[in-house]
Amino acid sequence: MNKKLVTLNSKGHFGKFGGRFVPETLIAALDELEIAYNKAKNDSSFQKEFRLHLKDFAGRPTPLYFAERLSAKFRNTKIYLKREDLCHTGAHKINNTIGQILLAKKLNKKRIIAETGAGQHGVATATVAAKMGFDCVVYMGTKDMARQEMNVKRMQLLGAEVRGVTSGTQTLKDATNEAIRDWVANVRDTFYVLGSVVGPHPYPMMVRDFQKIIGEETREQILEKENRLPDILVACVGGGSNSIGLFFPFLNDDVKMFGVEAAGLGINTTQHAATLTKGKPGVLHGSFSYLLQDDDGQILPAHSISAGLDYPGVGPEHSFLKESGRVKYVSVTDDEALNALFELTKLEGIFPALESSHALAYLKKMKLNSKNEKIVVVNLSGRGEKDLPTILRG
Amino acid sequence: MNRLTTKLQSLQKEKRKALSIFLTAGFPMMEKTIPLVKAIEKGGADILELGIPFSDPLADGPTIQFSSHVALENGITLSKIFSIVKEIRTFSEKPIVLMGYMNSLLAFGSEKFFASCFECGVDGIIIPDLPIEEAEEIILQAKEKNIATIFLASPTTTNERLKLLDEHSTGFLYCVSITGVTGARKNISSQTEKFLKRAKKIVKKNPLLVGFGISTKKDAQQIKGLCDGIIVGSALINLIRESKAREMEKNVCNFVRELRTGLDE
Ligand SMILES: Cc1ncc(COP(=O)(O)O)c(C=O)c1O
Repeated sequence: MNKKLVTLNSKGHFGKFGGRFVPETLIAALDELEIAYNKAKNDSSFQKEFRLHLKDFAGRPTPLYFAERLSAKFRNTKIYLKREDLCHTGAHKINNTIGQILLAKKLNKKRIIAETGAGQHGVATATVAAKMGFDCVVYMGTKDMARQEMNVKRMQLLGAEVRGVTSGTQTLKDATNEAIRDWVANVRDTFYVLGSVVGPHPYPMMVRDFQKIIGEETREQILEKENRLPDILVACVGGGSNSIGLFFPFLNDDVKMFGVEAAGLGINTTQHAATLTKGKPGVLHGSFSYLLQDDDGQILPAHSISAGLDYPGVGPEHSFLKESGRVKYVSVTDDEALNALFELTKLEGIFPALESSHALAYLKKMKLNSKNEKIVVVNLSGRGEKDLPTILRG
Repeated sequence: MNRLTTKLQSLQKEKRKALSIFLTAGFPMMEKTIPLVKAIEKGGADILELGIPFSDPLADGPTIQFSSHVALENGITLSKIFSIVKEIRTFSEKPIVLMGYMNSLLAFGSEKFFASCFECGVDGIIIPDLPIEEAEEIILQAKEKNIATIFLASPTTTNERLKLLDEHSTGFLYCVSITGVTGARKNISSQTEKFLKRAKKIVKKNPLLVGFGISTKKDAQQIKGLCDGIIVGSALINLIRESKAREMEKNVCNFVRELRTGLDE
């Protein structure tokens, strides 16, 4: 295109990915959020308050745990687990909800809405909303409500209203549509707490910034324990928040990174959620990024045994990191993830979430038999209690 | 100038208000789209809007979500919509506007999309999830084929943005009456009136057509003084849903005629 319309200034791009593809009604709210966030980012009192809640409420820093018995399964390999499962509410999601709800307070919003898949983001949102005294509505696909029943009950106990979403595939994608529709209708008094590094600018940047504490701590902890940086980082990728949180502080270092997507029943079937591996770029939920879609651009249903990875989209920064080659995106199946879950539980006495088990399962698929010792950090993004019913169902 | 601009200018000269009617292409059955279009035309609509069904229509309420879902089940695709437009052009010279989500255009190929618009006789495009900042390429590609790019403005749009939207919109500016998604509503709110008065002061170049929630003759009468025309969609879809197959066209024609009277009398 040779001509340029100089008055148009698009923003929030990671290479060609990202941007803002939302109804006009939301533009003012996104501008307001962007300004508030940029201010908070450089506001030491906001950052101090954020860090204090992370420490005293969420329980940070989380340990970097040397998994000795798991490491012994590989030659010349030291595996460390970043224990996000020990965060209050059981997953990394709370890092982000604390940050966003502090912003909601700053913006004088009265009402919090969120979408949730596994229920972990919903629980984290309901938890912080309770603590800070907000009304909270969580949208959740009815299929997810059935397979994550305990989290539904938890949200209700916390005082949140869980609204079942029956449209489309009745999972995270549809819950997100419905949350956005609610936001369009109630934009003046409502703050939308998005649960991953997806959506329109500034969400992907902002959520990443709230989650990068994972990588910052890891860096400090590994230097203390090993006196050097890790060789390899591994994390699961749903929307991509726990992985970008771990990766981001290492992007300029000589560290290999693997983002593990859910291959469901296999990436050569139609039953998977391997968006970066099998998708094509397009627009969903407000940003331009890789998507599972058919030739007409209709969004395809995703499948994963883990509700938190069962999403046909992915954050735009991951699309950028894929195309630049900086991060390698791979996938593991439902069965591989389940086996990794059982193995870690028995070997280390740690019961990981099904999502995180995808990252663990990839260890087996890496060539970890080099002559030189390798240090690997796996992000254990959450704990497995919520998945008990799924696992017991077999 | 294309059919859309010509039509809106002649309406303005006659001091009449524009009536734009939205129909989801392929709803309720593939073979009903053409008869329904004829009924809409007979009822006195000035502009026909055909919705391109998308699996995840996040600017739409339950009614258009439903019609989109049904149309997709019926096997509608963008290529088939272009064939429908071609067929409409054998009997009608009404302006036709397509309304669809960004991903449908991207998957089809936006350049190919506008070439097909030109070839088949589409006059304008509305993309509810494409804000002006992201629209540069689309605007330039559309311009090359003389297709109007109709942007949306909402009650939360600032005055400064209204100017920007006016500058880059062609055909008309689509004023979203409420902060919310599409869907029939009981009343026109005071928010709508305030917004339209504000928009009228700022928007210089484009006619203002109001949509989202306009459903009855009474709405049309109440709002016509504040705009250059109205857009009705969900109320029509609801009517089609409630109609027996035999009476569908007749009901649609009568409904459109009623809206027409509301605007004209
Ligand atoms: C424990 C856990 N890990 C990972 C995810 C996937 O999300 P993300 O890719 O944003 O980290 C979820 C989402 O619900 C989760 O609950």
